[in-house]
Amino acid sequence: MDALILSRLQFAITTVYHFLFVPVTLGLSIFVALLETWYINSGSYEERIKLKKLVKFFGTIFLINFAMGVVTGIVQEFHFGMNWSEYARFMGDIFGAPLALEALTAFFIESTFIGLWIFGWDKLSEKLHCLCIWIVAFGSNLSAFWILVANSFMQHPVGYEIQDGRAVMTSFFDLVTNHYVLGEYSHAFFAGITTGGFLVIVVSAWKIATDEVSREMFISTLRRAVLYTLVGLLGVMGSGHMHAQYLAEANPMKLASFEALWETENPAPFAVIADINQEAGKNDFEILIPKMFTFMVHNSFEGEVKGINDLQREAQEKYGSGYYIPNDVRGMFWSFRVMIGTGGLMMLIVLFTACQVFFRRSHIREHLCCLKLMPLLLPLPFIANSVGWYIAEAGRQPWIVVGLQKTAVAVSPNLTAWDVWLTLIGFTAIYLFLAVLAVFAAVMFIRRTKITEEE
Amino acid sequence: MDLNIIWFVLITVLFTGFFILEGFDYGVGMMMLGRPKNERAQFVRAIGPVWDGNEVWMITAGGATFAAFPHVYATMFSTFYIALFLMLLALIMRGVAFELRGKFKSSDWINFWDGGIMFGSYVPALLWGVAVVNLLRGLPINSQMHYVGTFFDLLNPCALMGGIFFVLMFAFHGTNFLLIKIADAGLLHELKQKSICLGIATLIAYVLFAAIAALETDILSKVGTIIFLGASIVALIVSCAGAATGNGCRAFVASTLSIAFLTIGFFTALFPRIMVSSLMPEWSLNIYNAASTPHTLTLMTIAAAVFVPIVLIYQAWTYKIFKDRVTPADVYYH
Ligand code: HDD
Ligand code: HEM
Ligand code: HEM
Repeated sequence: MDALILSRLQFAITTVYHFLFVPVTLGLSIFVALLETWYINSGSYEERIKLKKLVKFFGTIFLINFAMGVVTGIVQEFHFGMNWSEYARFMGDIFGAPLALEALTAFFIESTFIGLWIFGWDKLSEKLHCLCIWIVAFGSNLSAFWILVANSFMQHPVGYEIQDGRAVMTSFFDLVTNHYVLGEYSHAFFAGITTGGFLVIVVSAWKIATDEVSREMFISTLRRAVLYTLVGLLGVMGSGHMHAQYLAEANPMKLASFEALWETENPAPFAVIADINQEAGKNDFEILIPKMFTFMVHNSFEGEVKGINDLQREAQEKYGSGYYIPNDVRGMFWSFRVMIGTGGLMMLIVLFTACQVFFRRSHIREHLCCLKLMPLLLPLPFIANSVGWYIAEAGRQPWIVVGLQKTAVAVSPNLTAWDVWLTLIGFTAIYLFLAVLAVFAAVMFIRRTKITEEE
Repeated sequence: MDLNIIWFVLITVLFTGFFILEGFDYGVGMMMLGRPKNERAQFVRAIGPVWDGNEVWMITAGGATFAAFPHVYATMFSTFYIALFLMLLALIMRGVAFELRGKFKSSDWINFWDGGIMFGSYVPALLWGVAVVNLLRGLPINSQMHYVGTFFDLLNPCALMGGIFFVLMFAFHGTNFLLIKIADAGLLHELKQKSICLGIATLIAYVLFAAIAALETDILSKVGTIIFLGASIVALIVSCAGAATGNGCRAFVASTLSIAFLTIGFFTALFPRIMVSSLMPEWSLNIYNAASTPHTLTLMTIAAAVFVPIVLIYQAWTYKIFKDRVTPADVYYH
């Protein structure tokens, strides 16, 4: 394996790892802020004590996750220069700006106000303290916006021109209002709500089942989290659908690849499952729903959807000979189905739980063993997030910036395979080690903490 | 002044902020070495509310370099590949350790996490010293702006001396920070002794380092550099005197100034270059051949002019909120 493949592998591992924690930060920060708002507006003395404990409880889970998000994020920031120096040279004029703005506008407020929130319980007024966590939530979601502006440019370049062999910015406004940002950002935002909300559901369910003294309080967080997650799921489905329709015009090759549609068709069918033969450029076996793909893209049963083989021909005319098809159509096809599948499954689980907590409250106590098994479902949103990024990024290949620069020429020329092996192994090892410890610390904390009226 | 010069100044400002603020964080982390558990907890508590905000100065300095001087970002980060990898490991350990040290009950685990904080404080300080000196001393950079040396070329005596000097300087600065943050009188007394010793050691390292650097680089050819480095040494002496007379506040302010003058002096020596090529002076990366276009520079200038002051205001406010000294009782609280 050469430095290029290894660098790609390393980038994928470190970003996917970063993005295990990121959505929790995005979604849980808002949830904790909502909880604290509820706390400062609540009336009776006993309720206040318990609510404050609850805020601190979910706040601590948030902080453990936040720490992991921060340290893995620093690696990301260095990555572009360390492994992708030619990319940084080619794109710096455009890409550096959102990255620097992310640090200036978002990371600073996030990191400063989180310190105030953690240590400021006795030093700030209640309202000001609550404001701090809202600012943290705002900062996190703003940072996601900037980085996705950067990423959207790579997926769909706008507002640039090529000068002396590098891309330069002609309009910052175009960069920020890139239509691609809308789809990517709204989808990532709701994915964050879903992930954070689902985490609260799982933790609450487990506490209800195992911790009798705190049970009542966790039933109330479960009810809130169910609604919160429902919003996230509806949002993620709506924005995902909208974004897929937009892909038909912005990056039809990506769309056709994760649907494994090799030939242009009108109307195009939707493949439920397919045995993909990438070398031959066709599916050896498939189960189809007629006209369905066309309906998903055009909202009607009439309309053309371009196939991979035609798009490859078009790309060759435009960019010269070469292979312009993402090299893992099979992986993208199944990733997409896994994302939809986990989303649908979570929807069923959340709707079912909603029925239980809102309409049959007394039944909860009779089904404690089911609640106890809830933690087994925790991987669902994390799987969806990871495969989602896999589709977005693998679908961009062979380009690092679609139409402008190929991934193969972006890697730092001075690196040897040994250099990259060293960092790849080093990062993976320390990440695994710390993940085990962080999860262990979180589980011990969740188990130990009781939400009672005692001060 | 053209935009490129403004950006050189802004990068200097960001690195100055980074070295001052992370400097005392690293220093406090270093001072944990060999201290008993309850004292280490007080040290961690002293920087607990602010370390993350301080670290963002480094992230911003990196991001701003990327935006304003992409070639510098590309060449510098790929050149220092292994060094940055080590630094990232250290920073990863440090960040997680701050959060998790309080979540484990057993002393062994607490020792382990505190070890992570110490490792995460010494290593970055050392490596930044090595990196900074190498920028000035010159590196084998070819006409394509690519580094053609190896990792071991970075470990020359001059750079290593710079690394040791940075470690001492930050340790001294961190101790001075503790002088104004710790309440316990016995501990304060010990820290005062430490500060004096470290101050003298830093001074010696400074002189040694300056001597080697004068031989190996062109720092003596610039009047500005000589003035700033001189001011930095004077501030260092004032700081030592402050520590000796028990005036922690003066010691800290003076070591802050010393680091600021050092950083400014160093950037003046570089100007207008940012990375010096040892192969051919024309191949050096400077503020013109490594820069972004005027459009991006203008945009970033506006952004920096608006946001840097805002950041300074709310960070200063944070320091005001947490101005009280840390008592031994505080550490049972969190
Ligand atoms: C601004 C740039 C950017 C951003 C925000 C992201 N990526 Fe990315 N991604 C890249 C820029 C990039 C890249 C530098 O362009 C890579 C490295 C090599 C490559 O082929 O593309 C890449 C590759 C890459 C791959 C491997 C694809 C392949 O090699 O076939 C995966 C799975 C991801 N990324 C996942 C993610 C995740 C989970 C992200 C969220 C945090 C993410 N990316 C954000
Ligand atoms: C690949 C490009 C990326 C880079 C260079 C990057 C960089 C960083 C850095 C340096 C931090 C640490 C900030 C601190 O110390 O507070 C961070 C944290 C964070 N990043 Fe990223 N990041 C990337 C991808 C993403 C994406 C795609 C998102 C969101 C959609 C995201 C959202 C966040 C959030 C919310 C945090 C806050 C800390 C946490 O995760 O818990 N990042 N990132
Ligand atoms: C159920 C309906 C869903 C649809 C139609 C859908 C659609 C899509 C599409 C088309 C992409 C590719 C975007 C691109 O290439 O730019 C994508 C990416 C992604 N999906 Fe989904 N998705 C769904 C559910 C989910 C769920 C449940 C989650 C997680 C909780 C999720 C998380 C993600 C993430 C993190 C990405 C990559 C980042 C982004 O583009 O924002 N998706 N999704």
